[in-house]
Amino acid sequence: MHFPFLSVIVFTPLAAGLLILLYRPDQKKAIRYTALAAGLLALALSAWVYFAYDKSAGGYQFLEKYTWMEQLGISLYFGVDGMSVPLVLLTGVVMVTGVMISWGIEDRPREFFAFLFILASGVFGVFASLDLFMLFFFYEIAVFPMYLLIAIWGWIKTREYAAMKLTLYLFVGSVISLIGALAMYWQTGLRTFDMLAISQAQQAGAFDGMVRIFGASVPFQVFWFLPVFMGFAILGGIFPFHNWSPDGHVAAPTAVSMFHAGVLMKLGAFAALRVGIMLLPEGAKFWSPLVMGLALVNIVYGAFIASVQTDFKYVIGFSSVSHMGLVTMGFATLTPDGLLGAGMQMFSHGVMTALFFAAVGMVYDRAHTRDIPSLGGMIKPLPLVGLGVIVGSLVSMGMPGFSGFIAEFPIFRGIWATPRWWMAILAAISIVVTASYVLLVVRKVFFGKMPAELEGHIHPINTLDKIALILLMLLMIGIGVFPSLMVPWIDSGVRQILSLLGGV
Amino acid sequence: MTTFLAILPESILLLLAVLLLCIDPFLKKQQSQRAFLGWYTGGGLLLAAILTAIFARPADPVLVFGSMLRYDWLGYIFKLVVLVAAGITAFFFMESETVQSRGESYVLLLASSIGMCLMVTSADLIVLYLAIETTSIPLYVLAGFLKADDRSNEAGFKYLLYGALTSAVLLYGFSLIYGFSGTTSIYQMTGFFASVNLAVLGIAFLVLAGLAFKIALFPFHFWAPDVYEGAPTPVAGFLSTASKVAGFAVLLRLLTAAFPAISQDWSLILAILATLTMTVGNLIALTQKSVKRLLAYSSIAHAGYVLIGVVAFTRLGVISVIYYLMAYVLTNLTAFGILAIVGRVTGSDEIGAYNGLSRRNPGLALAALAAFLSLAGMPPFAGFVAKVFVFTAAIEAGWVWLAVVGVLNSIFGLYYYLNVLKAIYLYRMENQDEDQHPVPVSRPLAVLVGILAGGMILFGVVLAPWFSMAGNAASALLTSF
Repeated sequence: MHFPFLSVIVFTPLAAGLLILLYRPDQKKAIRYTALAAGLLALALSAWVYFAYDKSAGGYQFLEKYTWMEQLGISLYFGVDGMSVPLVLLTGVVMVTGVMISWGIEDRPREFFAFLFILASGVFGVFASLDLFMLFFFYEIAVFPMYLLIAIWGWIKTREYAAMKLTLYLFVGSVISLIGALAMYWQTGLRTFDMLAISQAQQAGAFDGMVRIFGASVPFQVFWFLPVFMGFAILGGIFPFHNWSPDGHVAAPTAVSMFHAGVLMKLGAFAALRVGIMLLPEGAKFWSPLVMGLALVNIVYGAFIASVQTDFKYVIGFSSVSHMGLVTMGFATLTPDGLLGAGMQMFSHGVMTALFFAAVGMVYDRAHTRDIPSLGGMIKPLPLVGLGVIVGSLVSMGMPGFSGFIAEFPIFRGIWATPRWWMAILAAISIVVTASYVLLVVRKVFFGKMPAELEGHIHPINTLDKIALILLMLLMIGIGVFPSLMVPWIDSGVRQILSLLGGV
Repeated sequence: MTTFLAILPESILLLLAVLLLCIDPFLKKQQSQRAFLGWYTGGGLLLAAILTAIFARPADPVLVFGSMLRYDWLGYIFKLVVLVAAGITAFFFMESETVQSRGESYVLLLASSIGMCLMVTSADLIVLYLAIETTSIPLYVLAGFLKADDRSNEAGFKYLLYGALTSAVLLYGFSLIYGFSGTTSIYQMTGFFASVNLAVLGIAFLVLAGLAFKIALFPFHFWAPDVYEGAPTPVAGFLSTASKVAGFAVLLRLLTAAFPAISQDWSLILAILATLTMTVGNLIALTQKSVKRLLAYSSIAHAGYVLIGVVAFTRLGVISVIYYLMAYVLTNLTAFGILAIVGRVTGSDEIGAYNGLSRRNPGLALAALAAFLSLAGMPPFAGFVAKVFVFTAAIEAGWVWLAVVGVLNSIFGLYYYLNVLKAIYLYRMENQDEDQHPVPVSRPLAVLVGILAGGMILFGVVLAPWFSMAGNAASALLTSF
C-alpha cells in the first residue's frame, strides 16, 4: 500500500478551506498563509505524482479504492492516467499562483479563500476520479462555489448577471449528463459506478443495444452520446453554449478568472472525454462530424469575436472560446495526433490563460480600466507583466518554441487525417486572426504613449506577483523547448483511448 | 412485549403531554420559565426518538392490536423522522414569542406527533382515519396560533376548511372500500382490488385526493402557501416536513397493500401528477418575494420529486422515497428554523430582509447556504444524493422522461434558491451599516443549527447506513402477508 497521494491531493484544499472558515474574519494574515501553505502542499504532491507516473507502463496509476456505498456500487475510486495527470499538475499550479495573485483581497478574505479551495478540491476530485457517481459529486462541488466567488468578489457591473448565467448553464449541462450516466449505469447491469468496469462492459458489448424513442430504434451509444458529451462540453465552452464563458471570465475576480479559464473549462472537456468518448466510443464515432463542425465554429468565430473587442478581458475571454474549440476539435478527430494535441492544449491553454488573466488583473488594479484604447505604455512601469503577456501571446498564436505550438500543430495534423481535412484549412484562419489581435493588444496596452491621467498611478507589482508570473512563463517556455516533459505522459493516455476506440 | 414496543413512542409522547399540562399552570410568565417548556418538549421528543431507535427496533413485520397497527421497519423509520422533526420544531418554537408564551402550543405539537406516529403504522382504515384527524386538528390550531395576527387567523381557518373537506372525501373513499371488500383491515383487502375496474379507480381516486391534500400535491396544493405564510414560522416548518412525511407513508402503504394491481396503471397518473406538482411549484416559487412563500412553493415541488420515486415503485424507488424524505425533513426544518431566527430579528420574511446577512451573522449565513444548496440538490449536502437516488430509480424503472423533467425542474429550483443566497451574500443593507444590526442567535439554537447543517453533510456524504435503513423499510413495505 503506497502513500494515498491522490486522496491527500483532493482533500487538502477542502481541509484547508474548512480550517480557514474557523479563523476569525479579521485574522487576514493567518488566512492567507494557511491558503498559501495548503496550495504549496497540493502543488508539491501533484508535481510528485506527475513525475512518479510511469509513462512507459501507461494506464491508470496511483489507484486507491474505498467502498463508499456498497448497495449501489459507489466507491471512492482515485486514479490518474496520462491524460489526467498533467491536469492535476495544472490545477496545483493555478491554485498556488491564484493564491499569490489574490494576496491583496480585503473584502471577506476568509470566505474567499474557503470557497476557492472548496472549488479546487472539486476540480482535483474530477480529474482523479474513476467512479461516475464520484465524478458528478466533485463536478458539482467544483461548479457551485464559482457562483459565490463571481457574485461576491466580481466586477460590480456584470457580476450578478454573469454569475447566474454561468451557474445555470453549467448546472443544466451537468444534470443532462447525469441522466445519460445513469442510463449507462443500468445498461451494464453490473450495479457499479466504477468507470473501469463500465468501460470493460462496454467493450464486451453491453452498450450495443437499441433505444426505442418515439417509435424509432436508435443504437444506445448513438442516442446517449450527445446528451452526455454536450452536457459536459458546455463547461468546455462548446458552440452554441459558449455564451456564459466570456461573461463569466470578465465578471470574475482575477484569481477566479484564472481558475475558471485555466482549469474549470478543462474540467468540462476532460469529463466529456472521460465519460462521453471513452465510455461511448461508438457514439463518438457517429457524432464526430457534428462535434468537429461545432468546434470549428468555436475556433474561427471565437477568434473573430475576440479581435473586435475593446475590453482587454473580453479579448482573453473570447480567445479562450477559440482555444477551447481546438481542444474539442482534437478530441472529435479521434485520431492519435488530434488527441495528443488536445491533451497538450488543455495544459498549455490552462497555463496561458492563467497568465493572461493574472496580467489583466494587475493592469486593471493599477489603471482601473480595461478599455484597450485608454491604456498604453505599460511596459515601463510593469516590465514583467508586459513580458508575461508577450510570452502568452506567442503561445496563443502557436509560435514554435512555446507550448502552444506543441499543442496546436498535432491538432491540425489530426484534422488533416480525417475525411474532413478541409476543416484544417478553415481552422487555420484562426491562427492568423489570433496573431493579429494579440499583437495588437500587446502594442496598444504595453507600448506607445501612456495616457496622461495614468502617469504616476502605475505602481510596480509585488514579489508574490512576480513569482507567479515567472512560474507560469517558465512552464510555457519549458514545455515548448522540451516537449518531452509532457508529450510522453499524454501519449500514454492517448494510446489507451485509442484502444477503446478500436484503433481508429 | 412486542405489542407494547409497537406503541412505545406514542406512549412516551402521551406521558410527556400529560405531564406538561400538569406543570404548565405552575410556571411563571418569565422568559426563563417559559424556555423550560421548550427544553422539556424538545428534549423529551429527542429522548423518545433515541429510546425508540434503541428499544423499539422491529424484526419481521407483525400486525398488533388485532391488526390495527403494523409493527415494521417502515413505521419505525418514519416514526423516528417524525419524532426528530417534532423535537427540532419544539426548539424552534422558542424563537416565536407568542408560541412560546403558551404551554398549549407544546401540547398541540405532542398531540399532533402522536397522530403522525399512528398514521405511519396504522394497518386499519379506522385507526388510519383517527390518526389523520389526531394529526390534523392540533395543526389547525397551531396554524392559527397568533391570535392577534390576521394572517395567522386566516391560515388556521383556511387550513381547517380545506382539511375538513378532504377528510370528508377521504372518509367517503374509505367507506366505499369497506363497502366493496367488507373489511377495514388494509392488509386483508388485497384480493378485493386485484382487478382494475371503474369502481376501484374511483375509490383509489378519492383516497388519493385526500392524501394529495396532506402532501400538497398539485392540484390540491392551494392551501399550502397561504397557510405556511400565516402560520408561525416553526409551525410552517413542521407542517411542510413531518405532516408530508406521514402522508407519504400512508400513500406507500395503501398503494402496496390495498391497491397492488392498479399501481401499474396508476403510475402514469402519478407521473403526470409529479410532473405538474414539480413544475407548478417551481414556476410559482420563481416569482415569490417572500422567502416563506418561496419555501412553501418549493416544498410543493419537493413533494413532486418524491413522487418520482413512488412512480418508479421498485425496491430502489421506495428506498429513494424514504431517503429523500429523510434528507428533505432535515433540510427544510433547518431552512424554516433560519427563517424563524431572521424573522424574529427583522420582523419580515421578505427576501430584502436577508440583505447583508453574511455580514450580520456569518455563521447563520453559512447555515443558510448549506440549507438552500441542499434544497437545490448540490453536493456535498443531503439533497444531492437524495435527488440522484430518485432519478436513478426512475431510470431503472424506465421512466427516463420523468427523470428528465425532474432534472430540468431542479434548475428552476437552483435559480430561486440562488436568489435568496444572493441577498444573503451579495446585497447590503440600505445604509451599509451591518455592524450596527447583528442577528443574535442564542447559544443552544446556534448549536442546534450547526448540528442540523452537519447532519445535512452527514446524509450527503455517509450514504450507506441511511440507505440500508431505508432498504429495510422498503423490504418491510413490499413483504406482503
